Amino acid sequence: MSLPKARARSEETGQPQGATDNDKEQPSGLGEGMSDTPAIELRKINKSFGPVHANRDIDLVVKKGSIHGIIGENGAGKSTLMSILYGFYHADNGDIVVDGKKVVIPDSKAAIAMGIGMVHQHFMLVDNFSVLENVVLGAEDSQLLAGGLNRARAELKRLEDEYELRVDPDALIEDLPVGLQQRVEILKALYRSAEILILDEPTGVLTPAEADHLFKILEVLRNEGKTVLLITHKLREIMAITDTVSVMRRGEMVATVETKDTSMEKLAELMVGRSVLLRVDKKPAEPEAPVMEVSNLTVTDSRGVQVVKDVSFSVRAGEIVGIAGVSGNGQSELLETLSGIRRATSGTLKIHGETIDLGTSTLNAADMREKSMAHVPEDRHRMGLINSFTEYENSILGYHRDPAYSKGLLMDLAAIKKNAVAEIERYDIRPPNPMLKTANFSGGNQQKIVLAREIERDPEVLLVGQPTRGVDIGAIEFIHRRLVEMRDAGKGILLVSVELDEIRALSDRVLVMFDGRIVGERGANAEEGDLGLLMAGVDNNNSVEGGVQ
Amino acid sequence: MFEDFILILDSTVRLSTPLLLACLAGLYSERSGVVDIGLEGKMLGAAFGAGAVAYITANAWLGLMAGIAVSVSLGLLHGFASISNRGNQIVSGVAINFLAAGLTALLGQTWFRQGGRTPALPEGGRFTDIAWPFAEQIRDVPVIGPIYTELLSSHNILVYAAFLAVPLTWWVLFRTRFGLRLRAVGENPAAVDTAGISVTWLRYRAVIACGILCGFAGAYLSIAQGAGFGVNMTAGKGFIALAALIFAKWRPASAMLTCLLFGFLDAVAIRMQGQEVPGIGEIPVQFFQALPYILTVILLAGFIGKAIPPKAAGIPYLKERS
Repeated sequence: MSLPKARARSEETGQPQGATDNDKEQPSGLGEGMSDTPAIELRKINKSFGPVHANRDIDLVVKKGSIHGIIGENGAGKSTLMSILYGFYHADNGDIVVDGKKVVIPDSKAAIAMGIGMVHQHFMLVDNFSVLENVVLGAEDSQLLAGGLNRARAELKRLEDEYELRVDPDALIEDLPVGLQQRVEILKALYRSAEILILDEPTGVLTPAEADHLFKILEVLRNEGKTVLLITHKLREIMAITDTVSVMRRGEMVATVETKDTSMEKLAELMVGRSVLLRVDKKPAEPEAPVMEVSNLTVTDSRGVQVVKDVSFSVRAGEIVGIAGVSGNGQSELLETLSGIRRATSGTLKIHGETIDLGTSTLNAADMREKSMAHVPEDRHRMGLINSFTEYENSILGYHRDPAYSKGLLMDLAAIKKNAVAEIERYDIRPPNPMLKTANFSGGNQQKIVLAREIERDPEVLLVGQPTRGVDIGAIEFIHRRLVEMRDAGKGILLVSVELDEIRALSDRVLVMFDGRIVGERGANAEEGDLGLLMAGVDNNNSVEGGVQ
Repeated sequence: MFEDFILILDSTVRLSTPLLLACLAGLYSERSGVVDIGLEGKMLGAAFGAGAVAYITANAWLGLMAGIAVSVSLGLLHGFASISNRGNQIVSGVAINFLAAGLTALLGQTWFRQGGRTPALPEGGRFTDIAWPFAEQIRDVPVIGPIYTELLSSHNILVYAAFLAVPLTWWVLFRTRFGLRLRAVGENPAAVDTAGISVTWLRYRAVIACGILCGFAGAYLSIAQGAGFGVNMTAGKGFIALAALIFAKWRPASAMLTCLLFGFLDAVAIRMQGQEVPGIGEIPVQFFQALPYILTVILLAGFIGKAIPPKAAGIPYLKERS
């Protein structure tokens, strides 16, 4: 297939050409003009939810056989636009042209019939069904299942060979890792002969290795002539894999450019509407005495597997210590143990002038907070916030026993709200309404609520896990600046992140965890490749015994 | 002794039939994600509808149809409240129970003036027992005779329908497209929606299936097992069926076994009435009546294994505003 060549040609010719196709109102059929007809064309799409104008006059041309990225901050309207294309929502007005034909997409069924498939951010799978059952659901062929299941089994075999999408058809979804679950979603779309595949934030739940694998799959799909629409807020992914990129900002399409003609900085600026520092502006650290010392910490999980193995390190006042590593190498358990949520098998922790034997201690999260250690958990939805509570209630979770917020047996609501309003202002939390449930805030603002709560208690040590996961660029910048300010104020910060860029940008020292151990330490300006090798368990610098092999 | 045992089993079958029908009814509804605490009310409504129509027309089949019609209507009401308008399914179910309890007594009194009961059914208004071929001839053959004549033969047609509904339900759930979608919509309605299937219509169909089976259950009480409708004649059977459904972990074959177990307890209770047990004395009937609930609580406490309901059960489906 010579599609990649064809792709490089015509740009921005979609508009007038699509119009003539439309007048003919006939599929152009076979022939040479095929690759020039855009796979999808959107014209002046508008969509409002009440007072919120989620999509405003959106124009978009997606070329056939390309990987087209759509980037924008959280709440920019990307997902809404794609949901309109997939028939989940209906546009208030505007035209959708698929394959040169003006169409109406009343529901997902119609979208599927037009060859549009979608991989949702939250997988649309039935957990206790087999892969096969999930694939045939909604495309069963007939009233009886047997025929459809048999056809699907054969078809999955074919797809596996064609696209290297391997997955056991009889495995239950709940037994599969997320990477494979996503593969099932892609297979579902291909089984319905999707020619256009929409992926909504596909890498949010994936490990870096799984993400790489996904990108390989997407490239194979493109080379086979499929069109891929990739929605993301990660610039790195856009640069790595797309052919064309469209940028959305506050419901509007602000630019569409060839990926090779742009850069991360330019895209970031387009997304936010002003220039953004991708690197954090900070002066060298001036660390003082250690505020937290961990020695020989070992943690065993509920299955009896050692997940943290004999880990020792210290965090000094006025420095940020980053813990890098591929997720699942013991970082989460380390954070949970230090913050008092999980019990250790053995090890000691020196903090706040005390030495605690973690193997026997029964200190819980509240006790650790008493010892001036604050914790921003990795998963704000699971541990950081109660999303059905209001902002002001969330702003004191974990600190609700503080006498400052109580009047005898009752909560001092006035004091709590006053404090919440102050935090909202200082952290630029939007919308600035403490009475709103946290579920109604965007990811970035939710994270700011958690950070404000923990940082404003002025702890000596701050444990932070994945501070910018699922957070848009503007908020990332703000959160990073806030962490550096805290460091400059002489606090110790332990940062756990799977985003290598973040670790490198923020940390004064980097510890790399692999298989439950700290396998290396690097300074503030560690090389990315060097860290990458360490994260994979390969040590180049200290290869004393490794070199002998 | 053996004869006694066969007689207890025989009445076990008779007593578990309405439970089984209601339990399977609940299975369709709950597998689709619609919790149905209104089984009791639907059964009661159906029993009244069947009793009234069978009395007036002297036709058991018309009675059954009427029972089904009443039960399906109540089911659609539940669907309208909880599927279309996304109301709380428990509240809607409880409302249906109250509605049925009040309305049947009121209409019964207004129409028939017998304290809420329907008059005794005329000839033809009742499903009679069907004798299998040669039942009388082999009655006296040891072992096989009583089993054939008492246990298998001479039940009314609804009993056989109930037990045939078990494999049928299994087949529908696991071998048909409707079943696959039904199970899917009870676990993850969003997956069904994005696959281009209407969640609303699918759940309505489940509620209708539930209504039909509840109609059978109610008709069984008033025009097959009994000979007319009596005030509140379901006496909590809908709730026991619901308990059986949980006990059976929402599976058809287990539902049958559970209903037989509960029916057996009931049969033993009746048998034990007024009889002394050596060394213990007379066991109160209430003990046996409470046993199904006690067993269910023990199960729910995790002694027998976890009962995990369909994941989306009880949650109205709403497209996310992302």
